[in-house]
Amino acid sequence: MGRVVVEVMPKPEILDPQGKAVAGALPRLGFGQFTSVRQGKRFELEVDGEVTAEVLEAAAQAAATVLSNPVIEDVVRVADIEADAAATVASTGNLA
Amino acid sequence: MRVGVVTFPGTLDDRDARRAVRLAGGEPVSLWHADAELHDVDAVVLPGGFSYGDYLRAGAIARFAPVMEPLVDAARGGLPVLGICNGFQILTEAHLLPGSMIKNEVRTFVCREQELTVENVDTAWTRAFRAGQRITVPLKNQDGQFVADDRTLDMLEGEGRVVFRYEGADPNGSRRRIAGISNEAGNVVGLMPHPEHAVEPGYGPDSAEGPRRGADGLGLFTSVLQTLVG
Repeated sequence: MGRVVVEVMPKPEILDPQGKAVAGALPRLGFGQFTSVRQGKRFELEVDGEVTAEVLEAAAQAAATVLSNPVIEDVVRVADIEADAAATVASTGNLA
Repeated sequence: MRVGVVTFPGTLDDRDARRAVRLAGGEPVSLWHADAELHDVDAVVLPGGFSYGDYLRAGAIARFAPVMEPLVDAARGGLPVLGICNGFQILTEAHLLPGSMIKNEVRTFVCREQELTVENVDTAWTRAFRAGQRITVPLKNQDGQFVADDRTLDMLEGEGRVVFRYEGADPNGSRRRIAGISNEAGNVVGLMPHPEHAVEPGYGPDSAEGPRRGADGLGLFTSVLQTLVG
């Protein structure tokens, strides 16, 4: 079983009311160092078998047509989640 | 004249929309989201609510309901279609109208009696009004901030496709105080405020005639009947 992660963010020029609400709450909890927050969405798409180039291509199409609305959002990431995790483990040498 | 009113899972205002059609003199016809056909209706209303819980984005999942396939075709062929609130959001997701709605700038649910100016009285849904007429109908939404890029906004203004504009302070941060727009042909109209809640004296917004006497919203429904009669 493979998993593709798709991340969608509000376009930079679009005001993000949810992010603004979070940004307003952070200082009240002592997190005064964060000057701005933008909130997006993360989707995890599962497939039987491996994440092939075709699977990634289909995920990119789904991301562009259903998972995001190009008027207000940008797709910022479409990736094989396991391959990315393996790469991260390999690069840090952290196998624990 | 048969005016279809579509019910999706999570639709709230379908009964009021059917009632508005009846009070205007039309025959309301209930359409179900899973219907693959439009049952020979002469016009369609996509009512307000929270179809599919507003999951993903408001209107994004309803846009793929079976009934939307014949509806999008018919709308492109000239069938009068009105989208109210969530229905407007569905029409933008279905690419029948440009732009999109995001969360209100004020970050709260807005519920108020809202004054609007009717700027275009040549659409299928506004011909019973006078150009520049002020009307008052309820406005109630969470994701009501109309957004589009400047080129799209200029096009809408240039082609007279801003049908309704908010009077006074912008209630939800909509670009250029746009409350409702139409497609190029004028048969498809979408607006965030709720005309179907202002159709019968005694149950509408306050008006000059007295408390709750406002019935300005009825004009949209009488307009489409005029359009159909020709």
